[in-house]
Amino acid sequence: MASGGLTLRRYAAGRLLQAAPLLLGVVVVNFLLIALAPGDPVATLLGEYPAPPEYVARLRQEFGLDQPIPVRLALYVWNVARGNLGFSFAYRLPVAQLVVERLVNTFLLMATALTLAAALGVGLGVAAARRPGSGLDAASTGVSLAGYSIPDFWLAQLLVLLFAVALGWLPAQGIRSVREEYTGLAAALDVGRHLILPALALSFRYMALIARLTRASMLEAMSQDFILAARARGLPERLVLVQHGLRNAALPVVTVIGYNFAFVLAGSALVETVFGWPGVGRLLYDAILQRDTPVLLGILLMVSATVVVVNLLVDLLYAVLDPRVRY
Amino acid sequence: MAAAVGPGRGGSEFWRRFRASRPGVAGLGLVILLAATALAAPLVAPHDPHATSLVTLAAPGAPGHPLGTDNLGRDIASGVLWGSRASLVVGVCAAATAIFLGVVIGAVAGFYGGWVDALLSRVTELFQVIPRFVLALLVVALFGGGLGKLILVIGVLSWPQAARVVRGQFLALRGAAYVDAARVLGLRDTRIIFSEILPNVLAPVVVIASLDVAGAILLEASLGFFGLGDPNLISWGLMLNNAQAYLRQAWWMSVFPGLAISLAVLGFNLLGDGLNDAANPRLDA
Repeated sequence: MASGGLTLRRYAAGRLLQAAPLLLGVVVVNFLLIALAPGDPVATLLGEYPAPPEYVARLRQEFGLDQPIPVRLALYVWNVARGNLGFSFAYRLPVAQLVVERLVNTFLLMATALTLAAALGVGLGVAAARRPGSGLDAASTGVSLAGYSIPDFWLAQLLVLLFAVALGWLPAQGIRSVREEYTGLAAALDVGRHLILPALALSFRYMALIARLTRASMLEAMSQDFILAARARGLPERLVLVQHGLRNAALPVVTVIGYNFAFVLAGSALVETVFGWPGVGRLLYDAILQRDTPVLLGILLMVSATVVVVNLLVDLLYAVLDPRVRY
Repeated sequence: MAAAVGPGRGGSEFWRRFRASRPGVAGLGLVILLAATALAAPLVAPHDPHATSLVTLAAPGAPGHPLGTDNLGRDIASGVLWGSRASLVVGVCAAATAIFLGVVIGAVAGFYGGWVDALLSRVTELFQVIPRFVLALLVVALFGGGLGKLILVIGVLSWPQAARVVRGQFLALRGAAYVDAARVLGLRDTRIIFSEILPNVLAPVVVIASLDVAGAILLEASLGFFGLGDPNLISWGLMLNNAQAYLRQAWWMSVFPGLAISLAVLGFNLLGDGLNDAANPRLDA
């Protein structure tokens, strides 16, 4: 087992080395977008204001825009490496600080949604796999299809229409009540109430995916010899299901969450827009309206970097969870 | 279409298995309905979808407006009918672009292996790490979003899945006896790739193509919902963007265009499932 730990560590190091060029690639794509975008950044900065050509030239020099592209790329990589992602003129804040602040709210939404998706999806998948061909199984297939096909931002609007507008049970906007000053537990509960609808809207697609994969892997696991053996030993069906079958359901959940992380982030952007949730998605939407390019690029960069890190973690978790994975 | 799809001369067999797949037939029905709507929109739409009127925010069932009107008095039913055009055109053209790129890249990577494969695999990985929606959003925001650009952006961002599958198939087939035979006969590589191997990997490609159309329709709607897209087009996503500000007054502005997107995406997803059932008869899904 000691050697197993060692190989795992070597595998982790290898994967980390693979992640580095990927991150550099993300930075380069980002730079190319800036460099190729139409419009002169200095002209945008100056706006309508008439400026003497000497001043324009000085600005170009100051921002390094007079340098050849490879030099500008090197400068850009150097800046990003130091955590300098530029400055948002709309918010008058450094982009990195702005994005990190919003990422916290996005992660809260994503974590809640994914937890919900995992719990409901595994439950539905297991229930469907217990009686293949039953009404419940058919219902879970229907849910899966709906999950693939319904846009999450439209589901978000439907939830607002039903639970906020028609029934008035839950808030439709924001992360906390504007009129009340809550502290401590009451404040947390208030955020929780605001979290329910966006998290439901965001979780649906992944719940469907997880249910479908759980059903398939449960059916496969339950047809194995060790299940027959467990039943032959007279183990109660519930224990067979949980101890022997469900263990195998952990992998699809990790897979879905890990390899769809980029999509969950994108979905979050859309859902946040519907609910006015102050996360990265909402920031993205506002940045587009305000043509705040540094913020747009900063978001793309940080979000992609997050996906690289999460994929890395998932691969490692996978290696730990599934002894069959060779590394 | 079906005849070209099946491996070898099994086209009719492929079609028979497809017809036996209930999701496939339902999906095909929805896709045909979508195409018919797109073609017939000018004939069946009660109004010009761009035409504003003084009848604003009319509820469904109002005289002349079966699905109601929006904040500018535009007819929702006409918008939903005309919106099928943008969805279908962007969906099909973007998927075709993605499949073309994916097949060529995947085939070259799988056939040659080595550094070509390594390089293409890294590029594929890069495209998987950058969230497609965010990148598409950025490109459209920076470069503008006419219909052609929209198709190009969505297509260019959607090829990795097809590339991965085609690459895998080529890796498995490049050592096959008939490929060796073709080499011995002195056929050129392009001939071997496109005439000898490619026809044998088309079945999974057709499945992915159908799913890609669904994905492209969803992505186009998402961009429209963010207010990006071709402003001159009637698009379901843009209608939902417009509906967002009037959720409290006019549920119909959100419900009908959203339903249309869902049905269109469902149609191509089901079609993909059916094609998959037909292509892999051993898998009892």
